[in-house]
Amino acid sequence: MNDRRFAFDWLILPLLGVVACLILWSLSSATWAPKLPSPWKTWEMSRVYVVEPFAKRGELDQGILRFTWYSLILVAKGYFLSLLIATPLGFLLGMSKMLTRTFDPVIQFLKPVSPLAWLPLGLVLFGKSEPAAIFTIALCSMWPTVVNTAMGVRAIPQDYLNVAKVLQLSRWKLLWKVMIPATLPYMFTGFRLSLGIAWLVIVAAEMLTGVPGVGGFLWQEYNSLIYEHILLCILTIGLVGFILDRLMSVIEARFKTA
Amino acid sequence: MSHPLLELRGVGKSFAGVEVLRNVNLTINRGEFVAMVGFSGAGKTTLMSLIAGLLSPDTGEILLNGKPITGPGPDRGVVFQNYSLLPWLTVTENIALAVDQIFPTWTREQRANHVAKFIAMVNLTPAAKKRPAQLSGGMRQRVAVARALAMDPEILLLDEPLSALDALTRGTLQDEIERIWEQDQKTVFLITNDVDEAILLADRIVPLTDRPAATLGPSFPVTIERPRDRQRLNHDPRLKLLRREINDWLLTIGRRKPAVQQTERRLPALAVH
Ligand SMILES: Nc1ncnc2c1ncn2[C@@H]1O[C@H](COP(=O)(O)OP(=O)(O)OP(=O)(O)O)[C@@H](O)[C@H]1O
Ligand SMILES: [Mg+2]
Repeated sequence: MNDRRFAFDWLILPLLGVVACLILWSLSSATWAPKLPSPWKTWEMSRVYVVEPFAKRGELDQGILRFTWYSLILVAKGYFLSLLIATPLGFLLGMSKMLTRTFDPVIQFLKPVSPLAWLPLGLVLFGKSEPAAIFTIALCSMWPTVVNTAMGVRAIPQDYLNVAKVLQLSRWKLLWKVMIPATLPYMFTGFRLSLGIAWLVIVAAEMLTGVPGVGGFLWQEYNSLIYEHILLCILTIGLVGFILDRLMSVIEARFKTA
Repeated sequence: MSHPLLELRGVGKSFAGVEVLRNVNLTINRGEFVAMVGFSGAGKTTLMSLIAGLLSPDTGEILLNGKPITGPGPDRGVVFQNYSLLPWLTVTENIALAVDQIFPTWTREQRANHVAKFIAMVNLTPAAKKRPAQLSGGMRQRVAVARALAMDPEILLLDEPLSALDALTRGTLQDEIERIWEQDQKTVFLITNDVDEAILLADRIVPLTDRPAATLGPSFPVTIERPRDRQRLNHDPRLKLLRREINDWLLTIGRRKPAVQQTERRLPALAVH
Protein backbone atom coordinates (compact mmCIF):
# COMPACT_ATOMS: atom_id res chain seq x y z
CA MET A 1 0.00 0.00 0.00
CA ASN A 2 2.64 2.44 1.09
CA ASP A 3 4.99 1.11 -1.57
CA ARG A 4 2.41 1.71 -4.24
CA ARG A 5 1.79 5.20 -3.01
CA PHE A 6 5.53 5.79 -3.13
CA ALA A 7 5.83 4.39 -6.66
CA PHE A 8 2.94 6.59 -7.76
CA ASP A 9 4.38 9.75 -6.24
CA TRP A 10 7.98 9.26 -7.23
CA LEU A 11 7.79 7.27 -10.46
CA ILE A 12 4.44 7.45 -12.20
CA LEU A 13 3.81 11.16 -11.71
CA PRO A 14 7.29 12.30 -12.79
CA LEU A 15 7.06 9.98 -15.81
CA LEU A 16 3.73 11.54 -16.74
CA GLY A 17 5.43 14.93 -16.66
CA VAL A 18 8.14 13.72 -19.02
CA VAL A 19 5.59 12.22 -21.39
CA ALA A 20 3.56 15.43 -21.40
CA CYS A 21 6.69 17.34 -22.31
CA LEU A 22 7.54 14.94 -25.13
CA ILE A 23 4.02 15.32 -26.53
CA LEU A 24 4.25 19.10 -26.40
CA TRP A 25 7.65 18.91 -28.08
CA SER A 26 6.33 16.62 -30.87
CA LEU A 27 3.27 18.77 -31.42
CA SER A 28 5.36 21.91 -31.58
CA SER A 29 7.76 20.50 -34.12
CA ALA A 30 4.80 19.23 -36.16
CA THR A 31 2.93 22.53 -36.14
CA TRP A 32 4.26 25.99 -35.35
CA ALA A 33 7.99 25.23 -35.13
CA PRO A 34 8.92 23.28 -38.23
CA LYS A 35 12.63 23.81 -37.63
CA LEU A 36 12.46 22.11 -34.26
CA PRO A 37 13.48 18.47 -34.74
CA SER A 38 10.96 15.99 -33.36
CA PRO A 39 11.95 13.78 -30.41
CA TRP A 40 12.28 10.79 -32.69
CA LYS A 41 14.44 12.63 -35.19
CA THR A 42 16.59 13.90 -32.36
CA TRP A 43 17.13 10.37 -31.15
CA GLU A 44 17.96 9.08 -34.64
CA MET A 45 20.56 11.75 -35.20
CA SER A 46 22.02 11.55 -31.70
CA ARG A 47 22.15 7.83 -31.44
CA VAL A 48 25.79 7.41 -32.29
CA TYR A 49 26.77 9.97 -29.65
CA VAL A 50 24.71 8.23 -26.99
CA VAL A 51 25.43 4.62 -27.87
CA GLU A 52 29.16 5.25 -28.03
CA PRO A 53 29.32 7.91 -25.35
CA PHE A 54 33.10 7.88 -24.99
CA ALA A 55 34.08 7.56 -28.64
CA LYS A 56 36.54 10.04 -30.05
CA ARG A 57 36.20 10.39 -33.79
CA GLY A 58 37.74 13.81 -34.08
CA GLU A 59 38.38 16.95 -32.06
CA LEU A 60 34.82 18.14 -32.48
CA ASP A 61 33.13 14.80 -33.00
CA GLN A 62 33.14 12.85 -29.76
CA GLY A 63 30.70 10.83 -27.66
CA ILE A 64 28.40 12.93 -25.53
CA LEU A 65 29.76 11.69 -22.21
CA ARG A 66 33.29 12.43 -23.36
CA PHE A 67 32.24 16.01 -23.97
CA THR A 68 30.45 16.01 -20.63
CA TRP A 69 33.61 14.76 -18.98
CA TYR A 70 35.64 17.67 -20.42
CA SER A 71 33.02 20.07 -19.15
CA LEU A 72 32.95 18.50 -15.71
CA ILE A 73 36.71 18.73 -15.36
CA LEU A 74 36.65 22.40 -16.20
CA VAL A 75 33.72 22.96 -13.84
CA ALA A 76 35.56 21.13 -11.07
CA LYS A 77 38.59 23.40 -11.45
CA GLY A 78 36.53 26.57 -11.34
CA TYR A 79 34.27 25.27 -8.60
CA PHE A 80 37.09 24.28 -6.24
CA LEU A 81 38.81 27.59 -6.80
CA SER A 82 35.51 29.23 -5.98
CA LEU A 83 35.04 27.26 -2.73
CA LEU A 84 38.62 27.94 -1.76
CA ILE A 85 37.95 31.65 -1.90
CA ALA A 86 34.30 31.72 -0.87
CA THR A 87 34.41 29.63 2.31
CA PRO A 88 37.03 31.66 4.20
CA LEU A 89 35.47 34.85 2.87
CA GLY A 90 32.08 33.75 4.17
CA PHE A 91 33.61 32.98 7.57
CA LEU A 92 35.23 36.38 7.79
CA LEU A 93 32.02 38.13 6.82
CA GLY A 94 30.04 36.04 9.30
CA MET A 95 32.40 36.86 12.14
CA SER A 96 32.75 40.57 11.60
CA LYS A 97 29.89 43.03 11.38
CA MET A 98 32.32 45.62 10.12
CA LEU A 99 33.49 43.46 7.22
CA THR A 100 29.88 42.66 6.39
CA ARG A 101 28.96 46.32 6.24
CA THR A 102 32.04 47.02 4.13
CA PHE A 103 31.66 44.27 1.60
CA ASP A 104 27.97 43.49 1.50
CA PRO A 105 27.19 46.26 -1.02
CA VAL A 106 30.04 45.10 -3.25
CA ILE A 107 28.78 41.52 -3.13
CA GLN A 108 25.21 42.52 -3.88
CA PHE A 109 26.62 44.53 -6.75
CA LEU A 110 28.77 41.74 -8.22
CA LYS A 111 26.27 38.94 -7.71
CA PRO A 112 23.93 39.73 -10.60
CA VAL A 113 26.70 40.23 -13.16
CA SER A 114 26.24 37.63 -15.89
CA PRO A 115 28.98 35.13 -16.77
CA LEU A 116 28.75 36.49 -20.31
CA ALA A 117 30.05 39.76 -18.94
CA TRP A 118 32.91 38.27 -16.91
CA LEU A 119 34.22 36.01 -19.62
CA PRO A 120 35.62 38.68 -21.94
CA LEU A 121 37.34 40.24 -18.93
CA GLY A 122 38.83 36.83 -18.13
CA LEU A 123 40.09 36.55 -21.70
CA VAL A 124 41.65 39.97 -21.45
CA LEU A 125 43.30 39.12 -18.13
CA PHE A 126 44.53 35.60 -18.88
CA GLY A 127 44.73 35.55 -22.64
CA LYS A 128 43.75 31.89 -22.90
CA SER A 129 40.28 30.41 -22.91
CA GLU A 130 40.66 27.78 -20.19
CA PRO A 131 41.87 30.10 -17.42
CA ALA A 132 39.26 32.62 -18.54
CA ALA A 133 36.55 29.99 -18.16
CA ILE A 134 37.84 28.96 -14.72
CA PHE A 135 37.96 32.59 -13.67
CA THR A 136 34.38 33.13 -14.79
CA ILE A 137 33.08 29.99 -13.08
CA ALA A 138 34.83 30.86 -9.84
CA LEU A 139 33.60 34.43 -9.85
CA CYS A 140 29.99 33.60 -10.68
CA SER A 141 29.57 30.57 -8.46
CA MET A 142 31.16 31.79 -5.24
CA TRP A 143 28.35 34.03 -4.01
CA PRO A 144 25.92 31.44 -2.64
CA THR A 145 28.77 29.89 -0.65
CA VAL A 146 29.89 33.27 0.65
CA VAL A 147 26.38 34.29 1.63
CA ASN A 148 25.34 30.97 3.17
CA THR A 149 28.58 30.46 5.07
CA ALA A 150 28.32 33.95 6.52
CA MET A 151 24.70 33.28 7.45
CA GLY A 152 25.71 29.99 9.10
CA VAL A 153 28.43 31.65 11.14
CA ARG A 154 25.99 34.32 12.32
CA ALA A 155 23.50 31.60 13.26
CA ILE A 156 25.88 29.70 15.56
CA PRO A 157 23.95 29.48 18.84
CA GLN A 158 25.38 31.64 21.59
CA ASP A 159 25.33 28.52 23.82
CA TYR A 160 28.03 26.84 21.76
CA LEU A 161 30.18 29.94 21.92
CA ASN A 162 29.60 30.14 25.67
CA VAL A 163 30.80 26.56 26.05
CA ALA A 164 33.92 27.48 24.11
CA LYS A 165 34.46 30.50 26.33
CA VAL A 166 34.05 28.57 29.56
CA LEU A 167 36.55 25.99 28.30
CA GLN A 168 38.81 28.79 27.09
CA LEU A 169 39.30 27.10 23.75
CA SER A 170 42.06 28.57 21.64
CA ARG A 171 41.03 30.42 18.48
CA TRP A 172 42.16 27.50 16.39
CA LYS A 173 40.14 24.98 18.41
CA LEU A 174 37.16 27.32 18.48
CA LEU A 175 37.25 27.40 14.70
CA TRP A 176 37.69 23.68 14.10
CA LYS A 177 35.80 22.20 17.01
CA VAL A 178 32.87 24.61 17.22
CA MET A 179 32.47 27.11 14.42
CA ILE A 180 33.11 24.95 11.38
CA PRO A 181 30.98 21.99 12.53
CA ALA A 182 28.17 24.35 13.51
CA THR A 183 28.32 26.06 10.12
CA LEU A 184 28.66 22.93 7.97
CA PRO A 185 24.96 22.53 7.13
CA TYR A 186 24.80 26.11 5.86
CA MET A 187 28.10 25.73 4.05
CA PHE A 188 26.83 22.71 2.18
CA THR A 189 23.68 24.49 1.12
CA GLY A 190 26.00 27.11 -0.32
CA PHE A 191 28.19 24.46 -1.95
CA ARG A 192 25.17 22.91 -3.63
CA LEU A 193 23.85 26.20 -4.98
CA SER A 194 27.35 27.16 -6.12
CA LEU A 195 27.76 23.91 -8.01
CA GLY A 196 24.47 24.58 -9.81
CA ILE A 197 25.73 27.97 -10.93
CA ALA A 198 29.14 26.60 -11.90
CA TRP A 199 27.44 24.12 -14.20
CA LEU A 200 25.26 26.85 -15.62
CA VAL A 201 28.29 28.99 -16.35
CA ILE A 202 30.38 26.30 -18.01
CA VAL A 203 28.05 26.02 -20.96
CA ALA A 204 28.11 29.75 -21.57
CA ALA A 205 31.87 29.82 -21.13
CA GLU A 206 32.42 26.99 -23.60
CA MET A 207 30.10 28.54 -26.13
CA LEU A 208 32.02 31.78 -26.09
CA THR A 209 35.50 30.28 -26.02
CA GLY A 210 35.00 27.17 -28.12
CA VAL A 211 36.62 24.90 -25.55
CA PRO A 212 35.61 21.29 -26.29
CA GLY A 213 32.79 20.19 -24.01
CA VAL A 214 29.01 19.99 -24.09
CA GLY A 215 28.60 23.72 -24.51
CA GLY A 216 31.28 23.91 -27.19
CA PHE A 217 29.69 21.02 -29.02
CA LEU A 218 26.28 22.67 -28.82
CA TRP A 219 27.54 25.87 -30.36
CA GLN A 220 29.47 24.08 -33.08
CA GLU A 221 26.45 22.00 -34.07
CA TYR A 222 24.35 25.14 -34.19
CA ASN A 223 26.83 26.58 -36.63
CA SER A 224 26.71 23.35 -38.62
CA LEU A 225 22.92 23.52 -38.65
CA ILE A 226 22.52 20.12 -36.93
CA TYR A 227 19.72 21.20 -34.64
CA GLU A 228 19.08 17.71 -33.28
CA HIS A 229 22.41 17.91 -31.48
CA ILE A 230 21.42 21.15 -29.83
CA LEU A 231 18.57 19.27 -28.23
CA LEU A 232 20.85 16.39 -27.30
CA CYS A 233 23.16 18.85 -25.56
CA ILE A 234 20.30 20.57 -23.75
CA LEU A 235 19.05 17.25 -22.44
CA THR A 236 22.53 16.23 -21.35
CA ILE A 237 23.17 19.52 -19.61
CA GLY A 238 19.87 19.26 -17.79
CA LEU A 239 20.45 15.67 -16.76
CA VAL A 240 23.98 16.27 -15.50
CA GLY A 241 22.85 19.36 -13.58
CA PHE A 242 20.08 17.34 -12.01
CA ILE A 243 22.42 14.54 -10.99
CA LEU A 244 24.95 16.97 -9.50
CA ASP A 245 22.22 18.64 -7.48
CA ARG A 246 20.92 15.29 -6.19
CA LEU A 247 24.43 14.21 -5.18
CA MET A 248 25.00 17.44 -3.30
CA SER A 249 21.61 17.12 -1.63
CA VAL A 250 22.56 13.70 -0.33
CA ILE A 251 25.77 15.07 1.15
CA GLU A 252 23.94 18.09 2.52
CA ALA A 253 21.34 15.91 4.21
CA ARG A 254 24.07 13.92 5.93
CA PHE A 255 25.36 17.05 7.59
CA LYS A 256 21.88 18.23 8.53
CA THR A 257 21.32 15.29 10.82
CA ALA A 258 24.73 15.60 12.43
CA MET B 1 42.55 30.62 52.62
CA SER B 2 40.65 33.19 54.67
CA HIS B 3 38.62 34.32 51.67
CA PRO B 4 35.23 32.88 50.93
CA LEU B 5 35.26 30.94 47.66
CA LEU B 6 32.88 33.31 45.90
CA GLU B 7 31.86 36.78 46.83
CA LEU B 8 29.51 39.18 45.03
CA ARG B 9 29.57 42.77 46.22
CA GLY B 10 26.95 45.23 45.06
CA VAL B 11 26.67 43.63 41.65
CA GLY B 12 24.38 45.36 39.14
CA LYS B 13 23.68 44.71 35.48
CA SER B 14 21.54 46.45 32.88
CA PHE B 15 20.69 45.53 29.33
CA ALA B 16 20.00 48.41 26.98
CA GLY B 17 19.01 50.72 29.82
CA VAL B 18 16.83 48.14 31.56
CA GLU B 19 18.17 47.37 35.00
CA VAL B 20 18.01 43.61 35.48
CA LEU B 21 20.08 43.21 38.64
CA ARG B 22 20.76 45.78 41.36
CA ASN B 23 23.05 45.57 44.35
CA VAL B 24 23.35 41.80 44.50
CA ASN B 25 25.40 40.59 47.46
CA LEU B 26 26.24 36.95 48.01
CA THR B 27 28.94 34.97 49.74
CA ILE B 28 29.48 31.28 49.13
CA ASN B 29 31.94 29.28 51.21
CA ARG B 30 33.92 26.24 50.16
CA GLY B 31 31.89 23.05 50.15
CA GLU B 32 28.60 24.86 50.50
CA PHE B 33 25.52 24.01 48.44
CA VAL B 34 23.62 27.23 47.83
CA ALA B 35 20.36 27.37 45.88
CA MET B 36 18.87 30.50 44.38
CA VAL B 37 15.14 30.58 43.73
CA GLY B 38 13.34 33.23 41.75
CA PHE B 39 10.68 34.08 39.25
CA SER B 40 11.00 33.35 35.58
CA GLY B 41 12.73 36.19 33.77
CA ALA B 42 13.89 37.81 37.00
CA GLY B 43 17.56 37.65 36.06
CA LYS B 44 18.78 34.31 37.35
CA THR B 45 20.64 33.36 34.20
CA THR B 46 22.06 36.85 34.01
CA LEU B 47 23.47 36.45 37.51
CA MET B 48 24.93 33.09 36.63
CA SER B 49 26.52 34.43 33.44
CA LEU B 50 28.11 37.16 35.53
CA ILE B 51 29.60 34.61 37.92
CA ALA B 52 30.68 32.44 34.99
CA GLY B 53 32.44 35.47 33.53
CA LEU B 54 30.43 35.46 30.31
CA LEU B 55 29.10 38.90 31.20
CA SER B 56 30.80 41.59 33.22
CA PRO B 57 28.94 43.56 35.89
CA ASP B 58 28.11 47.24 35.39
CA THR B 59 28.56 47.93 39.08
CA GLY B 60 30.13 46.08 41.97
CA GLU B 61 32.58 43.22 41.81
CA ILE B 62 32.73 39.45 41.81
CA LEU B 63 35.59 37.80 43.66
CA LEU B 64 36.72 34.22 43.36
CA ASN B 65 39.18 33.27 46.10
CA GLY B 66 39.44 36.95 46.85
CA LYS B 67 40.47 37.89 43.32
CA PRO B 68 38.17 39.70 40.88
CA ILE B 69 37.16 37.48 37.99
CA THR B 70 38.20 38.72 34.59
CA GLY B 71 36.45 36.25 32.31
CA PRO B 72 35.25 32.70 31.99
CA GLY B 73 37.48 29.96 33.26
CA PRO B 74 37.55 26.26 34.00
CA ASP B 75 37.56 26.96 37.75
CA ARG B 76 33.81 27.50 37.35
CA GLY B 77 32.03 24.53 35.81
CA VAL B 78 28.82 25.65 34.20
CA VAL B 79 25.75 23.61 33.38
CA PHE B 80 23.70 25.84 31.12
CA GLN B 81 19.93 26.06 31.22
CA ASN B 82 19.62 24.38 27.83
CA TYR B 83 22.36 21.74 28.12
CA SER B 84 24.62 23.33 25.50
CA LEU B 85 26.09 20.10 24.26
CA LEU B 86 27.70 20.20 20.84
CA PRO B 87 25.33 18.15 18.67
CA TRP B 88 27.99 16.87 16.27
CA LEU B 89 30.01 15.28 19.08
CA THR B 90 29.18 12.07 20.95
CA VAL B 91 28.77 12.00 24.72
CA THR B 92 32.40 10.96 25.10
CA GLU B 93 33.64 13.58 22.66
CA ASN B 94 31.65 16.35 24.32
CA ILE B 95 33.24 15.58 27.67
CA ALA B 96 36.65 14.92 26.12
CA LEU B 97 36.61 18.39 24.58
CA ALA B 98 36.54 19.81 28.09
CA VAL B 99 38.98 17.31 29.57
CA ASP B 100 41.56 17.68 26.77
CA GLN B 101 41.42 21.40 27.21
CA ILE B 102 41.83 21.44 30.96
CA PHE B 103 44.34 18.63 31.44
CA PRO B 104 46.63 19.04 28.42
CA THR B 105 49.62 17.55 30.23
CA TRP B 106 47.95 14.22 30.90
CA THR B 107 48.53 11.27 28.62
CA ARG B 108 45.87 10.30 26.15
CA GLU B 109 45.02 7.30 28.29
CA GLN B 110 44.69 9.28 31.50
CA ARG B 111 42.29 11.64 29.81
CA ALA B 112 40.24 8.82 28.31
CA ASN B 113 39.96 7.19 31.73
CA HIS B 114 38.95 10.48 33.28
CA VAL B 115 36.20 10.95 30.69
CA ALA B 116 34.96 7.38 31.18
CA LYS B 117 34.89 7.85 34.94
CA PHE B 118 32.56 10.82 34.76
CA ILE B 119 30.32 9.18 32.17
CA ALA B 120 30.00 6.28 34.59
CA MET B 121 29.32 8.65 37.47
CA VAL B 122 26.16 9.89 35.74
CA ASN B 123 25.21 6.36 34.64
CA LEU B 124 25.66 6.98 30.94
CA THR B 125 28.27 4.39 30.01
CA PRO B 126 25.89 2.56 27.62
CA ALA B 127 25.21 5.83 25.80
CA ALA B 128 28.83 6.97 25.60
CA LYS B 129 28.99 6.74 21.82
CA LYS B 130 25.65 8.42 21.17
CA ARG B 131 25.09 11.95 19.97
CA PRO B 132 22.92 14.37 21.95
CA ALA B 133 20.06 14.07 19.46
CA GLN B 134 19.76 10.38 20.31
CA LEU B 135 19.46 11.07 24.04
CA SER B 136 16.49 12.03 26.18
CA GLY B 137 16.39 15.41 27.91
CA GLY B 138 17.40 13.86 31.21
CA MET B 139 20.34 12.07 29.66
CA ARG B 140 21.54 15.23 27.96
CA GLN B 141 21.37 17.05 31.23
CA ARG B 142 23.47 14.34 32.86
CA VAL B 143 26.08 14.71 30.11
CA ALA B 144 26.17 18.43 30.79
CA VAL B 145 26.64 17.75 34.51
CA ALA B 146 29.36 15.18 33.78
CA ARG B 147 31.14 17.63 31.52
CA ALA B 148 31.12 20.31 34.19
CA LEU B 149 32.27 17.89 36.90
CA ALA B 150 35.03 16.41 34.73
CA MET B 151 36.61 19.85 34.56
CA ASP B 152 37.14 19.51 38.31
CA PRO B 153 36.02 23.08 38.92
CA GLU B 154 36.15 24.84 42.25
CA ILE B 155 32.49 25.64 42.01
CA LEU B 156 29.70 24.10 40.01
CA LEU B 157 27.17 26.55 38.58
CA LEU B 158 23.88 24.87 37.70
CA ASP B 159 21.29 26.97 35.85
CA GLU B 160 17.87 25.33 36.27
CA PRO B 161 19.40 22.02 35.26
CA LEU B 162 16.22 20.08 35.85
CA SER B 163 13.39 22.46 35.04
CA ALA B 164 12.89 21.16 31.50
CA LEU B 165 12.41 17.60 32.71
CA ASP B 166 9.37 15.60 33.69
CA ALA B 167 8.68 15.05 37.37
CA LEU B 168 10.02 11.49 37.54
CA THR B 169 13.27 12.16 35.72
CA ARG B 170 13.63 15.25 37.81
CA GLY B 171 13.43 13.25 41.00
CA THR B 172 16.02 10.74 39.80
CA LEU B 173 18.40 13.49 38.80
CA GLN B 174 17.90 15.34 42.08
CA ASP B 175 19.01 12.18 43.85
CA GLU B 176 21.96 11.93 41.52
CA ILE B 177 23.04 15.51 42.12
CA GLU B 178 22.79 14.96 45.85
CA ARG B 179 24.83 11.76 45.63
CA ILE B 180 27.55 13.41 43.54
CA TRP B 181 27.67 16.37 45.89
CA GLU B 182 28.06 14.11 48.93
CA GLN B 183 30.81 12.21 47.12
CA ASP B 184 32.79 15.18 45.88
CA GLN B 185 31.90 17.83 48.44
CA LYS B 186 32.05 20.35 45.62
CA THR B 187 30.82 23.85 46.11
CA VAL B 188 27.55 24.17 44.22
CA PHE B 189 25.46 27.15 43.20
CA LEU B 190 22.12 25.88 41.95
CA ILE B 191 19.51 28.03 40.25
CA THR B 192 15.99 26.71 40.35
CA ASN B 193 12.39 27.86 40.21
CA ASP B 194 11.34 24.97 42.43
CA VAL B 195 11.47 25.77 46.13
CA ASP B 196 11.08 22.12 47.10
CA GLU B 197 14.04 21.16 44.94
CA ALA B 198 16.08 23.86 46.66
CA ILE B 199 15.08 22.56 50.09
CA LEU B 200 15.90 19.00 49.13
CA LEU B 201 19.38 19.80 47.89
CA ALA B 202 20.75 22.98 49.43
CA ASP B 203 22.39 24.03 52.68
CA ARG B 204 21.08 27.51 52.19
CA ILE B 205 18.51 29.14 49.95
CA VAL B 206 18.71 32.69 48.65
CA PRO B 207 15.61 34.14 46.99
CA LEU B 208 15.80 36.63 44.13
CA THR B 209 13.18 39.38 43.90
CA ASP B 210 11.11 39.78 40.77
CA ARG B 211 12.19 42.09 37.97
CA PRO B 212 13.09 44.77 37.34
CA ALA B 213 16.21 45.52 39.32
CA ALA B 214 16.14 42.16 41.04
CA THR B 215 18.21 41.68 44.13
CA LEU B 216 18.88 38.84 46.55
CA GLY B 217 16.92 38.48 49.78
CA PRO B 218 18.11 37.04 53.08
CA SER B 219 19.49 33.51 53.27
CA PHE B 220 17.16 30.77 54.43
CA PRO B 221 19.31 28.02 55.96
CA VAL B 222 18.08 24.47 55.47
CA THR B 223 18.80 22.63 58.68
CA ILE B 224 17.25 19.31 57.71
CA GLU B 225 19.88 16.60 58.18
CA ARG B 226 21.37 14.65 55.29
CA PRO B 227 20.93 12.39 53.50
CA ARG B 228 17.51 13.78 52.77
CA ASP B 229 15.00 11.24 51.67
CA ARG B 230 12.45 12.64 49.28
CA GLN B 231 9.59 10.48 50.56
CA ARG B 232 10.20 11.28 54.19
CA LEU B 233 10.88 14.93 53.51
CA ASN B 234 7.48 15.26 51.93
CA HIS B 235 5.83 14.87 55.33
CA ASP B 236 8.45 16.77 57.28
CA PRO B 237 6.91 19.82 58.98
CA ARG B 238 10.22 21.65 58.64
CA LEU B 239 9.93 21.42 54.87
CA LYS B 240 6.42 22.78 54.92
CA LEU B 241 7.40 25.63 57.20
CA LEU B 242 10.45 26.57 55.15
CA ARG B 243 8.53 26.30 51.92
CA ARG B 244 5.87 28.64 53.27
CA GLU B 245 8.43 31.13 54.56
CA ILE B 246 10.26 31.30 51.26
CA ASN B 247 7.11 31.49 49.20
CA ASP B 248 5.73 34.23 51.39
CA TRP B 249 8.94 36.17 51.08
CA LEU B 250 8.94 35.81 47.30
CA LEU B 251 5.31 36.75 46.89
CA THR B 252 5.42 39.76 49.20
CA ILE B 253 8.84 41.35 49.48
CA GLY B 254 10.02 39.53 46.36
CA ARG B 255 7.19 41.09 44.39
CA ARG B 256 7.29 44.29 46.42
CA LYS B 257 3.70 43.82 47.56
CA PRO B 258 1.97 43.97 50.94
CA ALA B 259 1.78 40.72 52.87
CA VAL B 260 -0.56 38.14 51.37
CA GLN B 261 -3.27 36.66 53.52
CA GLN B 262 -3.33 33.29 51.94
CA THR B 263 -0.08 31.72 53.01
CA GLU B 264 -0.82 28.54 51.09
CA ARG B 265 -0.26 30.19 47.74
CA ARG B 266 2.69 28.77 46.02
CA LEU B 267 5.34 29.74 43.54
CA PRO B 268 5.75 27.86 40.26
CA ALA B 269 7.20 25.17 42.51
CA LEU B 270 6.00 21.59 42.23
CA ALA B 271 5.30 19.36 45.16
CA VAL B 272 8.10 17.06 46.24
CA HIS B 273 7.70 13.89 44.33
N1 LIG C 1 21.78 39.50 26.44
C1 LIG C 1 20.66 40.16 26.81
N2 LIG C 1 20.29 41.31 26.20
C2 LIG C 1 19.18 41.97 26.57
N3 LIG C 1 18.36 41.57 27.54
C3 LIG C 1 18.65 40.44 28.19
C4 LIG C 1 19.82 39.68 27.87
N4 LIG C 1 19.86 38.60 28.68
C5 LIG C 1 18.78 38.69 29.47
N5 LIG C 1 18.05 39.80 29.19
C6 LIG C 1 16.84 40.22 29.89
O1 LIG C 1 17.10 40.20 31.26
C7 LIG C 1 15.99 39.66 31.97
C8 LIG C 1 16.42 38.51 32.81
O2 LIG C 1 16.80 37.43 31.98
P1 LIG C 1 17.36 36.05 32.55
O3 LIG C 1 17.60 35.15 31.41
O4 LIG C 1 18.52 36.33 33.43
O5 LIG C 1 16.12 35.54 33.41
P2 LIG C 1 15.94 34.16 34.18
O6 LIG C 1 15.63 34.50 35.58
O7 LIG C 1 17.10 33.27 33.94
O8 LIG C 1 14.66 33.58 33.49
P3 LIG C 1 14.22 32.05 33.28
O9 LIG C 1 13.69 31.56 34.57
O10 LIG C 1 13.15 32.16 32.25
O11 LIG C 1 15.42 31.32 32.80
C9 LIG C 1 14.94 39.32 30.95
O12 LIG C 1 13.97 40.34 30.92
C10 LIG C 1 15.69 39.26 29.66
O13 LIG C 1 14.87 39.68 28.60
MG1 LIG D 1 17.35 31.49 33.05
